[in-house]
Amino acid sequence: MSNLKVFTKGLIDENPVFKLLLGMCPVLAVTTAAKNGLGMGLAATAVLLASNIIISMLRKVIPAKIRIPAFIVVIATFVTMVDLVMEAFVPDLHSVLGIFIPLIVVNCIILQRAESFASKNSVFRSFLDGLGMGIGFTIALMILASVREIIGAGTWFGVSLFGASYEPMRLLTSPPGAFITLGLIIGLINVLKPKKA
Amino acid sequence: MNTYFVIFFGAILINNFVLTRFLGICPFLGVSKKVETAIGMSLAVMFVMTVASVATWAVQEYILLNYDLLYLRTIAFILVIAVLVQFVEMVIQKTSPTLYQALGVYLPLITTNCAVLGVTIINMNEGYTLMQSTVHGFAAAVGFGLAIVVFAGIRERLEFADVPPALQGFPIALIIGGLMSISFFGFQGLL
Repeated sequence: MSNLKVFTKGLIDENPVFKLLLGMCPVLAVTTAAKNGLGMGLAATAVLLASNIIISMLRKVIPAKIRIPAFIVVIATFVTMVDLVMEAFVPDLHSVLGIFIPLIVVNCIILQRAESFASKNSVFRSFLDGLGMGIGFTIALMILASVREIIGAGTWFGVSLFGASYEPMRLLTSPPGAFITLGLIIGLINVLKPKKA
Repeated sequence: MNTYFVIFFGAILINNFVLTRFLGICPFLGVSKKVETAIGMSLAVMFVMTVASVATWAVQEYILLNYDLLYLRTIAFILVIAVLVQFVEMVIQKTSPTLYQALGVYLPLITTNCAVLGVTIINMNEGYTLMQSTVHGFAAAVGFGLAIVVFAGIRERLEFADVPPALQGFPIALIIGGLMSISFFGFQGLL
Protein backbone atom coordinates (compact mmCIF):
# COMPACT_ATOMS: atom_id res chain seq x y z
CA MET A 1 0.00 0.00 0.00
CA SER A 2 1.45 3.36 -1.03
CA ASN A 3 1.83 6.13 1.55
CA LEU A 4 -0.84 8.16 -0.21
CA LYS A 5 -3.28 5.26 0.02
CA VAL A 6 -2.52 4.86 3.73
CA PHE A 7 -3.60 8.46 4.20
CA THR A 8 -6.66 8.55 1.95
CA LYS A 9 -8.26 5.23 2.91
CA GLY A 10 -9.50 6.72 6.19
CA LEU A 11 -11.29 9.52 4.36
CA ILE A 12 -13.69 7.49 2.23
CA ASP A 13 -12.98 3.79 1.63
CA GLU A 14 -12.57 2.91 5.31
CA ASN A 15 -14.25 5.92 6.87
CA PRO A 16 -14.39 4.99 10.56
CA VAL A 17 -17.96 6.20 11.03
CA PHE A 18 -19.80 5.55 7.79
CA LYS A 19 -18.01 2.35 6.75
CA LEU A 20 -16.52 0.69 9.82
CA LEU A 21 -19.16 1.91 12.31
CA LEU A 22 -16.58 2.41 15.03
CA GLY A 23 -16.63 4.90 17.87
CA MET A 24 -20.34 5.49 17.58
CA CYS A 25 -20.98 6.84 21.09
CA PRO A 26 -19.44 10.31 20.65
CA VAL A 27 -20.67 10.37 17.05
CA LEU A 28 -24.28 10.15 18.17
CA ALA A 29 -23.96 12.11 21.39
CA VAL A 30 -22.11 15.30 20.56
CA THR A 31 -23.37 16.01 17.04
CA THR A 32 -26.21 18.29 18.12
CA ALA A 33 -24.38 21.30 16.64
CA ALA A 34 -21.66 21.65 14.01
CA LYS A 35 -19.29 23.33 16.46
CA ASN A 36 -19.46 20.42 18.92
CA GLY A 37 -18.91 17.93 16.12
CA LEU A 38 -15.82 19.80 14.95
CA GLY A 39 -14.44 20.06 18.49
CA MET A 40 -14.95 16.36 19.18
CA GLY A 41 -13.43 15.42 15.81
CA LEU A 42 -10.32 17.49 16.42
CA ALA A 43 -9.87 16.18 19.96
CA ALA A 44 -10.13 12.58 18.78
CA THR A 45 -7.77 13.29 15.86
CA ALA A 46 -5.15 14.72 18.22
CA VAL A 47 -5.31 11.62 20.44
CA LEU A 48 -5.30 9.28 17.46
CA LEU A 49 -2.24 10.94 15.90
CA ALA A 50 -0.22 11.04 19.11
CA SER A 51 -1.09 7.50 20.20
CA ASN A 52 -0.42 6.08 16.72
CA ILE A 53 3.05 7.68 16.68
CA ILE A 54 4.02 6.56 20.18
CA ILE A 55 2.65 3.03 19.80
CA SER A 56 4.43 2.66 16.50
CA MET A 57 7.71 3.76 18.13
CA LEU A 58 7.20 1.26 20.95
CA ARG A 59 5.98 -1.58 18.77
CA LYS A 60 9.20 -3.60 19.16
CA VAL A 61 9.40 -2.95 22.93
CA ILE A 62 5.88 -3.87 24.06
CA PRO A 63 5.49 -7.64 24.64
CA ALA A 64 2.61 -9.07 22.60
CA LYS A 65 0.82 -10.52 25.62
CA ILE A 66 0.27 -7.26 27.45
CA ARG A 67 -0.07 -5.06 24.39
CA ILE A 68 -3.73 -4.09 24.95
CA PRO A 69 -3.22 -2.71 28.49
CA ALA A 70 -0.07 -0.95 27.26
CA PHE A 71 -1.99 0.64 24.38
CA ILE A 72 -4.75 1.75 26.71
CA VAL A 73 -2.29 3.45 29.06
CA VAL A 74 -0.67 5.33 26.14
CA ILE A 75 -4.09 6.39 24.86
CA ALA A 76 -5.34 7.38 28.31
CA THR A 77 -2.27 9.58 28.81
CA PHE A 78 -2.99 11.57 25.67
CA VAL A 79 -6.69 11.77 26.45
CA THR A 80 -5.86 13.28 29.83
CA MET A 81 -3.60 15.82 28.13
CA VAL A 82 -6.30 16.79 25.61
CA ASP A 83 -8.86 16.95 28.42
CA LEU A 84 -6.75 19.35 30.50
CA VAL A 85 -5.77 21.50 27.49
CA MET A 86 -9.41 21.87 26.42
CA GLU A 87 -10.49 22.69 29.95
CA ALA A 88 -7.92 25.50 30.02
CA PHE A 89 -8.41 27.03 26.57
CA VAL A 90 -11.96 26.22 25.42
CA PRO A 91 -13.92 25.80 28.67
CA ASP A 92 -17.32 26.26 26.94
CA LEU A 93 -16.74 23.48 24.46
CA HIS A 94 -15.20 21.36 27.23
CA SER A 95 -18.36 21.58 29.32
CA VAL A 96 -20.63 20.78 26.35
CA LEU A 97 -18.63 17.69 25.37
CA GLY A 98 -18.38 16.79 29.06
CA ILE A 99 -18.04 13.11 29.75
CA PHE A 100 -17.27 12.27 26.14
CA ILE A 101 -13.75 13.70 26.35
CA PRO A 102 -12.49 11.20 28.96
CA LEU A 103 -14.44 8.56 27.05
CA ILE A 104 -12.15 9.01 24.01
CA VAL A 105 -10.04 6.43 25.90
CA VAL A 106 -12.51 3.69 25.08
CA ASN A 107 -13.26 4.93 21.58
CA CYS A 108 -12.91 1.78 19.51
CA ILE A 109 -11.36 3.61 16.53
CA ILE A 110 -8.25 4.58 18.44
CA LEU A 111 -7.63 1.15 19.94
CA GLN A 112 -8.44 -0.52 16.64
CA ARG A 113 -5.91 1.62 14.74
CA ALA A 114 -3.30 0.94 17.42
CA GLU A 115 -3.92 -2.79 17.27
CA SER A 116 -4.34 -3.28 13.53
CA PHE A 117 -2.06 -0.59 12.11
CA ALA A 118 0.34 1.28 14.39
CA SER A 119 1.66 -1.85 16.09
CA LYS A 120 2.71 -3.27 12.72
CA ASN A 121 3.86 -0.26 10.67
CA SER A 122 6.60 2.39 10.63
CA VAL A 123 6.23 5.66 12.50
CA PHE A 124 5.67 7.72 9.36
CA ARG A 125 2.98 5.42 7.98
CA SER A 126 1.25 5.28 11.35
CA PHE A 127 1.29 9.09 11.39
CA LEU A 128 -0.40 9.17 7.96
CA ASP A 129 -2.91 6.52 9.01
CA GLY A 130 -3.78 8.43 12.19
CA LEU A 131 -4.16 11.68 10.26
CA GLY A 132 -6.36 10.11 7.59
CA MET A 133 -8.57 8.28 10.06
CA GLY A 134 -8.82 11.37 12.25
CA ILE A 135 -9.83 13.61 9.36
CA GLY A 136 -12.31 11.00 8.14
CA PHE A 137 -13.82 10.84 11.63
CA THR A 138 -14.00 14.65 11.82
CA ILE A 139 -15.64 14.92 8.37
CA ALA A 140 -18.24 12.32 9.33
CA LEU A 141 -19.01 14.14 12.58
CA MET A 142 -19.26 17.44 10.69
CA ILE A 143 -21.70 16.04 8.11
CA LEU A 144 -23.95 14.51 10.75
CA ALA A 145 -23.76 17.55 13.04
CA SER A 146 -24.43 19.97 10.17
CA VAL A 147 -27.53 18.10 9.01
CA ARG A 148 -28.86 17.92 12.57
CA GLU A 149 -28.12 21.55 13.36
CA ILE A 150 -29.42 23.00 10.07
CA ILE A 151 -32.70 21.08 10.11
CA GLY A 152 -33.12 20.75 13.86
CA ALA A 153 -32.28 24.33 14.87
CA GLY A 154 -32.17 26.32 11.62
CA THR A 155 -28.58 27.42 12.28
CA TRP A 156 -25.05 26.43 11.23
CA PHE A 157 -22.15 27.15 13.61
CA GLY A 158 -24.68 29.23 15.52
CA VAL A 159 -25.53 31.45 12.53
CA SER A 160 -29.21 31.61 11.69
CA LEU A 161 -29.84 30.45 8.12
CA PHE A 162 -33.52 30.76 7.37
CA GLY A 163 -34.68 33.76 9.39
CA ALA A 164 -37.26 33.86 12.14
CA SER A 165 -40.14 32.34 10.17
CA TYR A 166 -38.41 28.92 10.01
CA GLU A 167 -39.96 26.37 12.35
CA PRO A 168 -37.07 24.08 13.39
CA MET A 169 -37.63 20.33 13.51
CA ARG A 170 -36.59 19.82 17.11
CA LEU A 171 -36.59 16.05 16.87
CA LEU A 172 -33.29 16.07 14.99
CA THR A 173 -31.32 17.74 17.77
CA SER A 174 -32.78 15.37 20.38
CA PRO A 175 -31.33 11.88 20.98
CA PRO A 176 -33.65 9.96 18.60
CA GLY A 177 -32.67 12.34 15.80
CA ALA A 178 -29.07 11.18 16.08
CA PHE A 179 -29.95 7.54 15.39
CA ILE A 180 -32.36 8.30 12.59
CA THR A 181 -30.17 10.87 10.80
CA LEU A 182 -27.12 8.60 10.88
CA GLY A 183 -29.18 5.65 9.61
CA LEU A 184 -30.50 7.71 6.70
CA ILE A 185 -27.05 9.11 5.83
CA ILE A 186 -25.53 5.62 5.69
CA GLY A 187 -28.49 4.50 3.59
CA LEU A 188 -27.89 7.42 1.23
CA ILE A 189 -24.20 6.51 0.94
CA ASN A 190 -25.22 2.94 0.05
CA VAL A 191 -27.45 4.29 -2.74
CA LEU A 192 -24.82 6.67 -4.15
CA LYS A 193 -21.85 4.31 -3.97
CA PRO A 194 -20.94 2.80 -7.35
CA LYS A 195 -21.99 -0.84 -7.58
CA LYS A 196 -19.14 -3.30 -7.50
CA ALA A 197 -19.09 -5.78 -10.36
CA MET B 1 -34.67 5.67 50.37
CA ASN B 2 -36.34 8.13 48.05
CA THR B 3 -33.04 9.23 46.46
CA TYR B 4 -32.19 5.61 45.68
CA PHE B 5 -35.54 5.20 44.02
CA VAL B 6 -34.96 8.27 41.87
CA ILE B 7 -31.43 7.18 40.95
CA PHE B 8 -32.58 3.66 40.14
CA PHE B 9 -35.51 4.46 37.86
CA GLY B 10 -33.85 7.59 36.50
CA ALA B 11 -30.93 5.55 35.21
CA ILE B 12 -33.13 2.82 33.71
CA LEU B 13 -35.92 4.81 32.07
CA ILE B 14 -35.24 8.53 31.90
CA ASN B 15 -31.51 8.73 31.33
CA ASN B 16 -31.28 5.33 29.69
CA PHE B 17 -27.60 4.76 29.06
CA VAL B 18 -27.97 3.60 25.48
CA LEU B 19 -30.95 5.52 24.18
CA THR B 20 -30.54 8.90 25.88
CA ARG B 21 -26.93 9.18 27.00
CA PHE B 22 -25.43 7.29 24.05
CA LEU B 23 -23.10 5.13 26.10
CA GLY B 24 -22.37 1.57 25.04
CA ILE B 25 -23.52 1.97 21.45
CA CYS B 26 -20.88 -0.42 20.08
CA PRO B 27 -22.17 -3.53 21.89
CA PHE B 28 -25.73 -2.25 21.35
CA LEU B 29 -25.23 -2.47 17.58
CA GLY B 30 -22.67 -5.27 17.64
CA VAL B 31 -24.15 -8.05 19.78
CA SER B 32 -27.86 -7.45 19.26
CA LYS B 33 -28.50 -9.89 16.42
CA LYS B 34 -29.88 -12.58 18.75
CA VAL B 35 -31.83 -12.25 21.98
CA GLU B 36 -29.74 -14.97 23.68
CA THR B 37 -26.40 -13.27 23.12
CA ALA B 38 -27.93 -9.93 24.09
CA ILE B 39 -29.02 -11.41 27.42
CA GLY B 40 -25.56 -12.92 28.00
CA MET B 41 -23.88 -9.62 27.24
CA SER B 42 -26.17 -7.61 29.48
CA LEU B 43 -25.66 -10.00 32.41
CA ALA B 44 -21.89 -9.71 32.09
CA VAL B 45 -22.14 -5.92 31.81
CA MET B 46 -24.46 -5.77 34.81
CA PHE B 47 -21.94 -7.57 36.96
CA VAL B 48 -18.92 -5.59 35.79
CA MET B 49 -20.64 -2.21 36.04
CA THR B 50 -21.83 -2.80 39.59
CA VAL B 51 -18.44 -3.99 40.79
CA ALA B 52 -16.65 -1.25 38.83
CA SER B 53 -18.80 1.38 40.53
CA VAL B 54 -17.72 0.12 43.93
CA ALA B 55 -14.05 -0.32 42.99
CA THR B 56 -13.62 3.08 41.33
CA TRP B 57 -15.38 4.77 44.21
CA ALA B 58 -12.80 3.30 46.57
CA VAL B 59 -9.93 4.28 44.26
CA GLN B 60 -11.25 7.83 44.01
CA GLU B 61 -11.90 8.22 47.73
CA TYR B 62 -8.86 6.54 49.22
CA ILE B 63 -6.15 7.05 46.60
CA LEU B 64 -6.86 9.89 44.17
CA LEU B 65 -8.36 12.36 46.66
CA ASN B 66 -5.94 11.45 49.46
CA TYR B 67 -2.83 12.03 47.40
CA ASP B 68 -4.22 14.86 45.25
CA LEU B 69 -3.95 12.84 42.04
CA LEU B 70 -7.32 13.71 40.51
CA TYR B 71 -5.76 14.42 37.12
CA LEU B 72 -4.88 10.73 36.86
CA ARG B 73 -8.55 9.74 37.11
CA THR B 74 -9.10 8.62 33.52
CA ILE B 75 -5.96 6.47 33.51
CA ALA B 76 -6.63 5.03 36.96
CA PHE B 77 -10.25 4.16 36.20
CA ILE B 78 -9.60 2.47 32.88
CA LEU B 79 -6.86 0.36 34.50
CA VAL B 80 -9.16 -0.61 37.37
CA ILE B 81 -11.84 -1.64 34.86
CA ALA B 82 -9.39 -3.59 32.69
CA VAL B 83 -8.03 -5.46 35.71
CA LEU B 84 -11.54 -6.09 36.99
CA VAL B 85 -12.73 -7.54 33.70
CA GLN B 86 -9.68 -9.79 33.57
CA PHE B 87 -10.30 -10.88 37.16
CA VAL B 88 -14.02 -11.55 36.59
CA GLU B 89 -13.10 -13.60 33.55
CA MET B 90 -10.69 -15.78 35.55
CA VAL B 91 -13.10 -16.25 38.46
CA ILE B 92 -15.99 -17.25 36.21
CA GLN B 93 -13.74 -19.60 34.28
CA LYS B 94 -12.72 -21.42 37.48
CA THR B 95 -16.03 -21.45 39.32
CA SER B 96 -18.64 -21.84 36.63
CA PRO B 97 -17.43 -23.20 33.30
CA THR B 98 -21.00 -23.22 31.96
CA LEU B 99 -21.47 -19.51 32.53
CA TYR B 100 -17.99 -18.91 31.14
CA GLN B 101 -18.95 -20.76 27.97
CA ALA B 102 -22.03 -18.58 27.62
CA LEU B 103 -20.33 -15.26 28.31
CA GLY B 104 -16.80 -16.11 27.19
CA VAL B 105 -16.61 -14.02 24.05
CA TYR B 106 -18.20 -10.92 25.53
CA LEU B 107 -16.18 -10.58 28.69
CA PRO B 108 -13.00 -9.09 27.19
CA LEU B 109 -15.11 -6.75 25.07
CA ILE B 110 -16.51 -5.10 28.18
CA THR B 111 -13.25 -3.24 28.85
CA THR B 112 -13.88 -1.05 25.82
CA ASN B 113 -17.59 -0.68 26.53
CA CYS B 114 -17.82 3.02 27.18
CA ALA B 115 -20.86 2.53 29.40
CA VAL B 116 -18.60 1.07 32.10
CA LEU B 117 -16.09 3.93 32.16
CA GLY B 118 -19.00 6.31 31.60
CA VAL B 119 -20.94 5.19 34.66
CA THR B 120 -17.90 5.50 36.92
CA ILE B 121 -17.17 9.03 35.70
CA ILE B 122 -20.82 10.07 36.08
CA ASN B 123 -20.79 8.68 39.64
CA MET B 124 -17.83 10.90 40.49
CA ASN B 125 -19.18 13.98 38.70
CA GLU B 126 -22.50 13.66 40.53
CA GLY B 127 -20.71 13.20 43.83
CA TYR B 128 -22.58 10.00 44.70
CA THR B 129 -21.85 8.15 47.93
CA LEU B 130 -20.71 4.53 47.88
CA MET B 131 -24.26 3.23 48.19
CA GLN B 132 -25.62 5.63 45.56
CA SER B 133 -22.78 4.76 43.15
CA THR B 134 -23.53 1.07 43.54
CA VAL B 135 -27.25 1.54 42.91
CA HIS B 136 -26.57 3.82 39.97
CA GLY B 137 -24.05 1.41 38.46
CA PHE B 138 -26.45 -1.50 38.75
CA ALA B 139 -29.44 0.49 37.46
CA ALA B 140 -27.49 1.86 34.51
CA ALA B 141 -26.57 -1.70 33.57
CA VAL B 142 -30.20 -2.82 33.89
CA GLY B 143 -31.16 0.03 31.55
CA PHE B 144 -28.47 -1.07 29.13
CA GLY B 145 -29.75 -4.65 29.32
CA LEU B 146 -33.34 -3.59 28.79
CA ALA B 147 -32.48 -1.57 25.69
CA ILE B 148 -30.24 -4.21 24.12
CA VAL B 149 -32.62 -7.13 24.74
CA VAL B 150 -35.65 -5.28 23.34
CA PHE B 151 -33.56 -4.14 20.38
CA ALA B 152 -32.37 -7.70 19.72
CA GLY B 153 -35.98 -8.90 19.80
CA ILE B 154 -36.91 -6.36 17.13
CA ARG B 155 -33.89 -7.21 15.02
CA GLU B 156 -34.77 -10.91 15.07
CA ARG B 157 -38.19 -10.12 13.60
CA LEU B 158 -36.55 -7.78 11.12
CA GLU B 159 -34.90 -10.76 9.42
CA PHE B 160 -38.22 -11.49 7.78
CA ALA B 161 -39.13 -7.91 6.92
CA ASP B 162 -38.88 -6.43 3.45
CA VAL B 163 -36.30 -3.69 3.98
CA PRO B 164 -35.17 -1.51 1.03
CA PRO B 165 -31.73 -2.74 -0.11
CA ALA B 166 -29.94 0.53 0.71
CA LEU B 167 -31.15 0.44 4.31
CA GLN B 168 -30.37 -3.21 5.03
CA GLY B 169 -28.09 -3.94 7.97
CA PHE B 170 -26.87 -1.05 10.06
CA PRO B 171 -28.96 1.81 8.63
CA ILE B 172 -32.29 0.17 9.50
CA ALA B 173 -30.89 -0.88 12.89
CA LEU B 174 -30.01 2.75 13.62
CA ILE B 175 -33.45 3.95 12.58
CA ILE B 176 -35.04 1.37 14.90
CA GLY B 177 -32.75 2.61 17.67
CA GLY B 178 -34.11 6.08 16.97
CA LEU B 179 -37.72 4.91 17.22
CA MET B 180 -36.96 3.15 20.51
CA SER B 181 -35.35 6.33 21.75
CA ILE B 182 -38.53 8.26 20.88
CA SER B 183 -40.60 5.77 22.86
CA PHE B 184 -38.32 6.23 25.88
CA PHE B 185 -39.11 9.95 25.64
CA GLY B 186 -42.45 8.97 27.10
CA PHE B 187 -40.78 8.36 30.47
CA GLN B 188 -39.39 11.90 30.68
CA GLY B 189 -42.04 13.26 33.05
CA LEU B 190 -42.11 10.14 35.24
CA LEU B 191 -40.12 11.37 38.23
